[in-house]
Amino acid sequence: MKFLCVECDRQMSFEERALPGDGTLAAVFRCPACGRVVAMLTNPMETQLVASLGVKIGGSTIESQPLEMIRSSVATGRETAFEEREPPSRSSAAPTWSPEAQDRLTRVPSFVRGMVKKIYTEYARDRGIEEITPALMDTARTELGLEGM
Amino acid sequence: MPLDIRTYHDLTEPDRSGLAEQIGVQRRRLAQRMESVRRVVAVMSGKGGVGKSFVTALVARAIARGGRTAGVLDADLNGPTQARLLWREAGDGPRPPLTIREGAVIPAVGIDGVRFVSTDLLLADGQPLAFRGPDADRFVWRGAMEAAALRELLADVAWGTTDVLLIDLPPGLGRFEELSDLLGAPPAVLTVTIPTIESRDAVRRALRAATARGAQLLGIIENMTGGKFEGTAGEDLAREFGLELLARVPWQPSQEIWDTLGSRL
Repeated sequence: MKFLCVECDRQMSFEERALPGDGTLAAVFRCPACGRVVAMLTNPMETQLVASLGVKIGGSTIESQPLEMIRSSVATGRETAFEEREPPSRSSAAPTWSPEAQDRLTRVPSFVRGMVKKIYTEYARDRGIEEITPALMDTARTELGLEGM
Repeated sequence: MPLDIRTYHDLTEPDRSGLAEQIGVQRRRLAQRMESVRRVVAVMSGKGGVGKSFVTALVARAIARGGRTAGVLDADLNGPTQARLLWREAGDGPRPPLTIREGAVIPAVGIDGVRFVSTDLLLADGQPLAFRGPDADRFVWRGAMEAAALRELLADVAWGTTDVLLIDLPPGLGRFEELSDLLGAPPAVLTVTIPTIESRDAVRRALRAATARGAQLLGIIENMTGGKFEGTAGEDLAREFGLELLARVPWQPSQEIWDTLGSRL
């Protein structure tokens, strides 16, 4: 999907997206010529259809995880389905998790927990952030388009 | 008055979302993963209950016993059985976890060294494959989610160098169509029927669909012969489609039957 500023005859640029948490999605686009801003709002079914394609409106700054759609969308996953054996990164020290962030992570179903932890860790590491907090998780979730994580 | 504006394909400026590029990345990832697989064979029927999964598992084991590497992707996402058929632990023993390493899923290794992946390894005991999502109009997005799951099982599993990857399809034609689209070309097809006229008619439709897609048809296996099922579906279909009836598999098949079939693929 693309947005055209009819008055300027210019393709509008993606600005930001928001996931209110109710299954809907908001994506903001701006005309690079006149600055006009429009928001595309998708209902839960439309949001789900986009998710099923494995794409993210606005793109993503981190690489997709193996079985990302399955792990983030299957509601009946087995707790012990996955065993993560990723070698520790040698590029820089892993960020720490605040107690509150750790607590929040424990509430994530174990079927998807390993992937969620890896995504937030990579997000923080890429930005030089030393501690992962619930606020950072919220920011990353919105920025990365991680509905439901 | 008609709207006089540029349309979708006229807009070619860079777009941060890059949805088409994201799809392209998915396709390249899948294609790269399949580069290490020498042959992909879809085991299909069009008819349920003819023993596709059983045949798939036993043929894969025969290939592995014959010294080649064999994998099984259980594409029957809603009725998975390959973990039961291929996992070493008999009965209700625990199923193995899938290891994730270096950005890929390592397939489980089952009897005779067959590598396999099945939603049976992913789902909680006795639970159906259910997706999170809006309750209303689930039929609109459910199929898309299943196709995406199949894509991930193809693209994210590190099969390694594999001589034959057997894909156990569910009854019907939909998954074969999805598989063909995802692979970029239809896989070779191994067809399973039982002797009955009902099976023959259903399998005929599947074979025609596979033919229409341009799939290579490897032959027919007539399963569950010599029992109460009457008919000549295997011979009829082989004659009609100019195929070889590769095997007539009795209720208590010998290992020799599977070894012969395995050597033919």
